[in-house]
Amino acid sequence: MSERAAERFVGLLFALSFLAGISLLFVYILGGQTQVEGVLLMICLGGIGLGIVIWAHRLMPTKIHIEPRGSVATTPEEMRRFEDALTEEAGFSRRKLLIGGLLGAFAGLGAALAIPVFSLGPAPGRSLFVTSWREGSALAPPDGLPEAVADLPIGGVFTVFPDGDTSDPNSATLLIRVEPELLELDPAAAEWAPDGYIAYSKICTHAGCPVGLYRASQHTLICPCHQSEFDVLHGAQPISGPAARALPQLPIARRADGTFVALGDFPEPVGPAFWNMTR
Amino acid sequence: MTERGVPERAMGWFDERTGAARVVRTAFRKVFPDHWSFLLGEIALFCFVILLATGTFMTFFYVPSGAPVTYDGPYPPLQGAEVSAAFDSVMHLSFEVQAGLLMRQIHHWTALTFVAVVVLHLMRVFFTGAFRRPRELNWIVGFGLLVLALAEGFTGYSLPDDLLSGTGARILYSVLLSVPFIGPWLASLLFGGEFPTDAIIPRLFVLHVLFLPGLVIGAITVHLVLLVLHKHTQHRGPLAREDNVVGRYFWPGQVFLSSGLFFLTAAVLAVIGGLFQINPIWLYGPFEASVVASPAQPDWYVGWLDGALRIFPPFEPVILGITIPSVFVPGIVLPGILFTIVALWPFAEARLSKDRAEHHLLDDPWDHPVRLATGLAILTVFGVLTLAGGNDVLAFYFGTDVHTLTVVFRWLSLILPVVVWLVAWRFALARRGAGEGTAPGPDDPETEGRRPGSAVRRNAAGGFEEVES
Repeated sequence: MSERAAERFVGLLFALSFLAGISLLFVYILGGQTQVEGVLLMICLGGIGLGIVIWAHRLMPTKIHIEPRGSVATTPEEMRRFEDALTEEAGFSRRKLLIGGLLGAFAGLGAALAIPVFSLGPAPGRSLFVTSWREGSALAPPDGLPEAVADLPIGGVFTVFPDGDTSDPNSATLLIRVEPELLELDPAAAEWAPDGYIAYSKICTHAGCPVGLYRASQHTLICPCHQSEFDVLHGAQPISGPAARALPQLPIARRADGTFVALGDFPEPVGPAFWNMTR
Repeated sequence: MTERGVPERAMGWFDERTGAARVVRTAFRKVFPDHWSFLLGEIALFCFVILLATGTFMTFFYVPSGAPVTYDGPYPPLQGAEVSAAFDSVMHLSFEVQAGLLMRQIHHWTALTFVAVVVLHLMRVFFTGAFRRPRELNWIVGFGLLVLALAEGFTGYSLPDDLLSGTGARILYSVLLSVPFIGPWLASLLFGGEFPTDAIIPRLFVLHVLFLPGLVIGAITVHLVLLVLHKHTQHRGPLAREDNVVGRYFWPGQVFLSSGLFFLTAAVLAVIGGLFQINPIWLYGPFEASVVASPAQPDWYVGWLDGALRIFPPFEPVILGITIPSVFVPGIVLPGILFTIVALWPFAEARLSKDRAEHHLLDDPWDHPVRLATGLAILTVFGVLTLAGGNDVLAFYFGTDVHTLTVVFRWLSLILPVVVWLVAWRFALARRGAGEGTAPGPDDPETEGRRPGSAVRRNAAGGFEEVES
């Protein structure tokens, strides 16, 4: 490309940018369209960019310059003068006791500044150990009635909350109906599974995602976040994936009208582990 | 007409009050070596500028609140749904604010590009040994910028309060919970209580638009000040030596090229943001704590963390009444180790190679077998884990089951980095051995670079001869 041709080409690119910018304004006034706006914005910006780059490459002297590079560090002479400047007036290094005292004062200030930090959140206390399930809470779908889950088909599953109240999401529980004869539970846990209805915490014991998938043919619950799989027939023990703990089972009983009530809270903390979770 | 035009007089006026001309002239004369890989850092900076511009636009519309509202906008499937004010405002921005969707999509694509270019820039600096004395500090600053970029990405990802972003916040909460003993405290302090809380959205918002960008701007400033102090590194070449910098002046050559590059970067991101849909939150729906979408995939740069969580074996021992949570090793220990290696590599390498001299000439990546092998092995770990983060999607495409893939990835994440390390190391050694006697020794100051005026060329008979240029 000759210099004249390059100059003309760059001029053309700048003109194109101008036109694209004006067109963009018109598209906007006419109601806007995301894709057209994106393309026009590209032409507008790209024309300027390409024009400038070609200008720099073709129309500017490409001289190579050599700049000497000194040492980064200060020379010993200057360093000494720096140290003199640092210490000469205040007699800085002599007041060891005061320096220590000042550092101590700052440590105290640091402790004082922890106050706003601790205000950022409540002490965890026992909140991680409990959910809002109480003895007598009815199992009901979110904002629904207990009767809605009274008659599930075999293989059916419902997300339930205590009396349908979703205000504590960690109470989310899965009520599943399986063939009663297939269940193989501990004797204590078996009593909490009337007529093949069984309730497990929906919060994954791995990283706390909702265990959202139920494969009825295999009787497994699957967490879609990290693919942990839990065996519904065997106390929701993990059988594959990264989860290492069973989903806690909610003790439930069936009432005369076919609805379900909790006999109490989950026997152990729901959701992901923490170091002091063993009571 | 006066003999001095308006610009000259304006400059004169300004200089009489600042003395700026002297400083600016020095800046104009800064020399920039010419190599494409040096532009990666610039592109990262430009991405950040675009993020600030598009992000500022969005803050005028975004409502950082988890308060429930009823959606009544123009998107029919969600009409009447109860959503958070944050989700509602992003829907409003996407569907009702003209060019709002364009700005949002450019912002998201730019964020993905930003992290990618930061990583490429880090790889360039790593493999060419640009982190060596006197630049170890700047390596640490750059590493800090990478961490900040990841934090920016994660906090931003969570703001639309859609089904996917809430899941990400939930996993972060669980990982924080697994920190030894203070975990429940940490998680409660950051989230303002037990997950999910109303405080998450406003807090992540302040972190995303104020706190973290402030730190990024500060770190970029330090990064650039150190760059000017040290002057640029440069590749070996006919004129390049340890005690000089060869290249073009900042003004006008580099200013023109760099601003051209800025506009080209913006142009590419504009068209991607315009044509390619990203994060269509109206398809995911609003966040609900007891619901989850499948497949759940995070933004690419979080994939390796998610992958580590997915493939780590189910291991949650209870020792003396103390539970070690299953996410502790993959979520805290592993990233901690990997990032510590990256952050402290300059010091580790100086100790290993006993090379504590100043270096301004860059290495050929092959020149340093241990560095090359280690860098590639670390990249392999990240690569395998990132793939593992998509094990459900991969299982679907390959028609296998997730469990099998998980086992495969477990072994790959252990074996492949070692294999890559050994192969790269062997190859680099062989290459260095073969080149001995012809190439200048990288660590020998006497033969550093080729001396000016001498070059070797191949003649018609196939032999080599020295030419004077």
